[in-house]
Amino acid sequence: MRKPKLAVWKFSSCDGCQLSLLDCEDELLEVAGAVEIAYFLEASSATVKGPYDLVLVEGSITTPHDAERIHQIRRSAKTLVSIGACATTGGIQALRNFAHVGEFVSAVYAHPDYISTLRKSTAIADHVPVDFELQGCPINKAQLLEVAGALLAGRRPNVPRHSVCVECKSAGVPCVMVSRGIACLGPVTQAGCGALCPLYARGCFGCFGPKDQPNLAALPSVPMPTAFREVNFR
Amino acid sequence: MTATKTIRTDYLARVEGEGGMLVKMRGGTVTDVKLRIYEPPRFFEAFLRGRPFTEAPDITARICGICPVAYQMSSCLAMESIAGAEVGGQLRALRRLLYCGEWIESHTLHVYMLHAPDFLGLASAVELAQTSPELVERALRLKKIGNDVMRVVGGREVHPINVRVGGWYSVPSKAQLQALVPDLEWALEASRETVRLVAGLQFPSFEQDVELVALDADGEYPIDRGSRLISSRGLDFPIEEFYDRVEELHVEHSNALHAVLRGRGAYLVGPCARHALHGHLLSPQAREAAAEVGLEPVVRNPFRSIVVRAVEVVHACEEALRLIAAYEPPAEPAVAVAPRAGIGHGASEAPRGVLYHRYRLADDGSIVDAKIVPPTSQNQRSIEDDLFAFVTENAGLPDDELRHRCEQAIRNYDPCISCATHFLTLEVERT
Repeated sequence: MRKPKLAVWKFSSCDGCQLSLLDCEDELLEVAGAVEIAYFLEASSATVKGPYDLVLVEGSITTPHDAERIHQIRRSAKTLVSIGACATTGGIQALRNFAHVGEFVSAVYAHPDYISTLRKSTAIADHVPVDFELQGCPINKAQLLEVAGALLAGRRPNVPRHSVCVECKSAGVPCVMVSRGIACLGPVTQAGCGALCPLYARGCFGCFGPKDQPNLAALPSVPMPTAFREVNFR
Repeated sequence: MTATKTIRTDYLARVEGEGGMLVKMRGGTVTDVKLRIYEPPRFFEAFLRGRPFTEAPDITARICGICPVAYQMSSCLAMESIAGAEVGGQLRALRRLLYCGEWIESHTLHVYMLHAPDFLGLASAVELAQTSPELVERALRLKKIGNDVMRVVGGREVHPINVRVGGWYSVPSKAQLQALVPDLEWALEASRETVRLVAGLQFPSFEQDVELVALDADGEYPIDRGSRLISSRGLDFPIEEFYDRVEELHVEHSNALHAVLRGRGAYLVGPCARHALHGHLLSPQAREAAAEVGLEPVVRNPFRSIVVRAVEVVHACEEALRLIAAYEPPAEPAVAVAPRAGIGHGASEAPRGVLYHRYRLADDGSIVDAKIVPPTSQNQRSIEDDLFAFVTENAGLPDDELRHRCEQAIRNYDPCISCATHFLTLEVERT
């Protein structure tokens, strides 16, 4: 049987999510045996033409050229998965979306005419249909393997859609808001990190992005009396 | 009529980020060489403005998924210098340990998976696994141990979450670090094997005489910090003078600025510079490993940088073991860092070389402006100079081989293009 063809494409990003694939040290050779790595420039200079069975896309769309390129990639992809915060939300560089262009124009800069860029940084799904979005900055590599394996097998990926709070509970981590009075985005943040920040005595800062239907309105009203900051409930 | 010839690679493989290469020749003479960086600008320096100083480590880490620790360290050092806070003792030892993890991971990735395939005529480490699975298994285990160090100390390997201005959110127990020791001992042996392996590769004869620049860390091999920059041609200045000595040029073919030394020109940062300037400060086994393969004290052949990287992995493993052996958990995970107005500088040695940050803060600790100079933008000019010289010397090679050799000449520097392209500070609307 023909091995499924895997391609990895990069847009505006830090490379960290595709690095997560190379960070699957225990599974990498098995993955390489199960699929044909047809296009993955960070890892290999050998490339095979599409169509591809599974395409992973990292990064956000920030240039006119990339806004075209993603359409070509979609046409070559049987299944397309956007991976990481940049590809699923526009990423940290989407902070530009909230800035006033006039403020940027007045900034000191040698040759603005050399630069071609769009005003906003946008998610892949804003441009083409996406079969699955895997959130995280960076993504969880175990979830990446699950998603890739599931989609190639034709089943639905098992990626829980609950909040980080559930991960704290299952890891036995006392709530950092209640026990330490630390502000935490866990209640509205997509799970997947394994409650990493609370495990390290830090409030969640939302690097996996919003969960489905987050109750944002309730978040600022979480009671946080000053006295809580002094009390250790453990 | 004189024949003109263009050699180009649109998308370079096995580098971090997106770049291409263009070489133009007329007859046997090279007329133009460009390392083209079209990784889109991400404007980090622009959107850092107005944000609290405490956010800089987490935000700047996102510039690069391969060397996030370097960004976290340089930004923390800059912020702490403004507040007059000193992160010393075991808090600092943990930072150096985290950084050792990043060196082991990043260098091993480059040596085995990005660079070695060039020397072996292969497209990837996956191809190498078909003929020499034991080598690739060693590489993956070594890389994983670097990642393990980062995971225990920093929380995770890509964009660690435990680093903060002033120190850490929580510190590991002695037992947690001790658990890393058996693997690190294996890694030390494996890294010595790596040095022997890569020293036996065939290197094109090619030398470049460029000014080498590295941090000076007061008698230590520079990794996590350094207060001065020194060069192979006698420069020695505090990092606060960085912009008095270095100038950034904006060129049309690159979305990254080119850094050059004012009045001196191109320079080089990274493993070869660190080794040339501080080789005597390497750990005992790293020095032994270098001596065993007859590594020259100053490596001028950029193709041989792979050997220096391998030696630095030995150093990072031995240094990690030393730090763990001396570890006593500090009473507090961080020192207090109060917001204060001022200008601060921070520099550390990313795997690819010096990473410099400068911030100006307002009274309330919000960032007024930010400047970040990553290693790859400092090396770009040298990379182009190398290509020019290399193609000139090897103009007779068939095109395909010449193109391959040129790509390899670029990979010699382990360029991190995602890093190099973050710092243009203007956005142009063309929609």
